[in-house]
Amino acid sequence: MYKVDIGKKILIANEEYARKNSRFLAKRKKLCLNMISSPGSGKTTILIRTISELKDKIKIGVIEGDIQTDIDAERIRAATSAVVQINTNGSCHLSAAQVCGALENLPTDDLDLIFIENVGNLVCPSAFELGEAGKIVVLSVAEGDDKPAKYPSIFAKSKVLLINKIDMLGAGVQVDFDVEKVKADARRLNKDIEIFPVSAKTGEGMSSWYGWLTESVGNLRL
Amino acid sequence: MHETMVAQSLLAAISSEADRQNARPVGAKISCGTFDAINDEILCFAFEAVAKGTGCEGVKLEIEHKPIRCRCRDCDRNFDFELSSPICPECGSEKFELLPDAPLLLETIEFQTEQRNV
Repeated sequence: MYKVDIGKKILIANEEYARKNSRFLAKRKKLCLNMISSPGSGKTTILIRTISELKDKIKIGVIEGDIQTDIDAERIRAATSAVVQINTNGSCHLSAAQVCGALENLPTDDLDLIFIENVGNLVCPSAFELGEAGKIVVLSVAEGDDKPAKYPSIFAKSKVLLINKIDMLGAGVQVDFDVEKVKADARRLNKDIEIFPVSAKTGEGMSSWYGWLTESVGNLRL
Repeated sequence: MHETMVAQSLLAAISSEADRQNARPVGAKISCGTFDAINDEILCFAFEAVAKGTGCEGVKLEIEHKPIRCRCRDCDRNFDFELSSPICPECGSEKFELLPDAPLLLETIEFQTEQRNV
């Protein structure tokens, strides 16, 4: 028996595609954000409202990742025609190679911002870089306020935390969710994370999120 | 469940080195950070499944988990992050920053000495 030292990254193939995507986007000065959350946190509803309300300022396209069906792409299509569906057929996350193919099928030159809506899963997608400029994690209040502590990786790696469905907190519904605790736990993992409590349903809090998006897109245009 | 993709990438890396060495691989050591969320049992199971019928069938994986390192912003010490008690063990401060997580690495491969084609 003998041993050979390798010392190589295992996900090198994914990282090479991620770098390719990142170069493609940087060359065209397009902002790309990778949206990650549990299933049912409201990613698609947030996107539809964001695309519609910012349509005069920012042209947004979407790469929609789901295990199966194009239900979400159809919903997004009501707000923008620039949407590409990826079906992972069982895989729990999007890979950079899949995103590379999807970018070729989007009218990228006509867009300012591309959202990647990842497969609903709070663990696996955070381990795969896609070439995005930043990750957006969505946590809805119905999921509980212990999630940053239980799933630290995605909160540590994200630029923005959207706390969604805050309309439920004041609606007389019994939801045990302490917004301040979530903010403190998330900032313990990631001191620079931007946090916006929102309701994509009522529109509450969305203007601060739009402000961050508009500024981020503006910085790229410079 | 992302362990399946890790297993496939690992198989490609070990197979390519086995071709270069023209030898039969029997073991591989990998290391990962805490945020890679690798479950040993699932990764070994996934690797066994993808390696079946290839030259890497039977390769035993050894997986080392590396802790997340932190730097205290009050006393400037580095320490391992513990989720159950997220404070600096030296000064008790809650003000610290997480350092980059350890990468997912293929560290070493162990080969049989006899050439595989003989």
